[in-house]
Amino acid sequence: MNKPTDFPTGSSDDLGALRQEVKDWEANEVAAFIRKQEERKEAFFTAGDFPVKRTYTAADIADTPISDIGLPGRYPFTRGPYPTMYRSRNWTMRQIAGFGTGEDTNQRFQYLIAQGQTGLSTDFDMPTLMGYDSDHPMSEGEVGREGVAVDTLADMEALFDGIDLEKNSVSLTINPSAWILLAMYIVLAQKRGYDLHKLSGTIQADILKEYMAQKEYIFPIAPSVRICRDCITYCAQHMKRYNPINISGYHISEAGGSPIHEVAFTLANLIVYVEEVTKTGMHVDEFASRLSFFFVCGSDFFEEIAKLRAVRRCYAKIMKERFGAKNPDSMRLRFHCQTAAASLTKPQYQVNVVRTALQAMAATLAGCQSLHTNGYDEAFSIPTEEAMKMSLRTQQVIAEETNITQVIDPLGGSYYVEAMTNEYEKKIFEILADVDARGGTIKLIEDGWFQRHLADFAYETVLRKQSGEKPVIGVNCFLEEGSDPDIHVHPYDQSTADRQIARTRRVRAERDPVKFAQLLEKLVEVAKDDQQNIMPITIELVRAGATMGDIVETLKKIWGTYRETPVY
Amino acid sequence: MEPIRVLLAKVGLDGHDRGVKVVARTLRDAGMDVIYSGLHRTPAEVVTAAVQEDVDVLGVSLLSGVQLTVFPKIFALLEEHGARDMIVIAGGVMPDEDVVELKKMGVAEVLLQDTTPDKIVATLKRLVTERGAR
Repeated sequence: MNKPTDFPTGSSDDLGALRQEVKDWEANEVAAFIRKQEERKEAFFTAGDFPVKRTYTAADIADTPISDIGLPGRYPFTRGPYPTMYRSRNWTMRQIAGFGTGEDTNQRFQYLIAQGQTGLSTDFDMPTLMGYDSDHPMSEGEVGREGVAVDTLADMEALFDGIDLEKNSVSLTINPSAWILLAMYIVLAQKRGYDLHKLSGTIQADILKEYMAQKEYIFPIAPSVRICRDCITYCAQHMKRYNPINISGYHISEAGGSPIHEVAFTLANLIVYVEEVTKTGMHVDEFASRLSFFFVCGSDFFEEIAKLRAVRRCYAKIMKERFGAKNPDSMRLRFHCQTAAASLTKPQYQVNVVRTALQAMAATLAGCQSLHTNGYDEAFSIPTEEAMKMSLRTQQVIAEETNITQVIDPLGGSYYVEAMTNEYEKKIFEILADVDARGGTIKLIEDGWFQRHLADFAYETVLRKQSGEKPVIGVNCFLEEGSDPDIHVHPYDQSTADRQIARTRRVRAERDPVKFAQLLEKLVEVAKDDQQNIMPITIELVRAGATMGDIVETLKKIWGTYRETPVY
Repeated sequence: MEPIRVLLAKVGLDGHDRGVKVVARTLRDAGMDVIYSGLHRTPAEVVTAAVQEDVDVLGVSLLSGVQLTVFPKIFALLEEHGARDMIVIAGGVMPDEDVVELKKMGVAEVLLQDTTPDKIVATLKRLVTERGAR
């Protein structure tokens, strides 16, 4: 460990003098003011319940080793994963899109690219996310509604028609059925003659946070984690620039968790994935450089920045100290960020633009690698084109007009931000030790331990909004009489399911049934042997016209399905 | 007086359960008998459970936009079970025009995001009082 250094006051005499001065100030100026006018509250806390002081001084970070703060692009990466950050290239402006069929979403992609978006991100409909074909009874009413419907390779081809996948990085936001989508993406790339090693992009494929928070799961935990492992090892060998997992705190937050739950539980999930992959004999340095992350940027401005700085530092220490990484690339945490959808309101919905801008500002001050800013209409429905344009313009204003991109980690050295970063690091490691002591992440998911924490914090948040302790403009304060300006919400095209199902049925009719049956048998064999990688057979299947439902239903018969005992 | 009996349900593929669990806890803390179905239920499973448990109120939470597909099925199934008098409420995120449609269909109240716990409890009590004794 690094030896604590007196920072930045120099000698311990200076520090003693400073501490004395703070006491003196409290006793005199502060006390005199409070006698005249009480402070608004007896104690102040962050949104995540960390107590905060009246102000912070050098004495508050005196015990922080200078090396823990460090420099951008250097261990422990507190100040950013890269040495030049936005001075070289702004974060990727990556607005998520998805609705209708592949053709429908392709149009939105083309629109966003034309508006200056620099990366693509794909939202899938519920049946695709849950592994059902569009003509399955469970899919009724849901086809193409909240995302794009993908059943077969033909849908994937329509989705990315005319988009150069070697030039555009593409994020696929999907989890339990992710590996099938990845297989389709690979076959699409092969058919177009791309070099797989040149594809940059990300697939979320983070199943553990699904059991904790987002609740999109199909199979029991063990085979699901095995699939994640297989994606990671496959990509490490065949797609060197591709991120095979996006370990996500965002959904932990949206499901009700506090900022500390978000980052600590995300790192608990990371530990499981790294352990599973290293069990195959792969060294951490062979795959860790492509692990990627996804966090929310919520409304408590400085707390969020401290949280994101702390998670970078904790990750670096975990990868180095717990997993023996030697390559700095294995220790550099890179993350996508999204503003907090749960902070958006229906009343006075235009105010959502302001909320989102402030959250986006914090995300960029914290050094995110890519960013999605939410639409002002997302308390109504999935966003319209106009709402997404406003969101993209918000990012462009920050990037082009504010000059915050010129200096890296401009809040580094702020007594408050550094002290809160330290608090977060300390608490993250406490929670991780607690998880280990209680038997590990998977056992605690099965026990509902994480889910209980999220439910409790969600409930407390609701009570705090009701009491007014947590102000929300337009909801519990600054209410307006009368109605808001009319809003145009995203329409659902009722012809979507028919158009989608017609294509899926055509693919089924056109495939070679003998070859298809042989490949399904091979899939069963691979699934039963967890030492094998499921990616190669899945790639063959989708190339041969298998639907997502064909693959998932076959595996359900072997692995079974997961049902949780709800905790509330 | 007997406690109000409530079945809260998630129907379809939607996994958003933050809101429904807050409502479950709110109603439980208010002294009601609350059953929560868990995720990914079909309308038939939900209505069968509601009838078997003889609940006063059936609440369905949806954040997946499928309200205009799900609620007609629920009402048809209630009709089949001779339980058309059961109080049905909706919760979640949905556009205003869908709220209007749901009310026309017979949904007694739609509790959107940011409805306070006190309001939720008061709404259910009012609906049960208005219905009168069974």
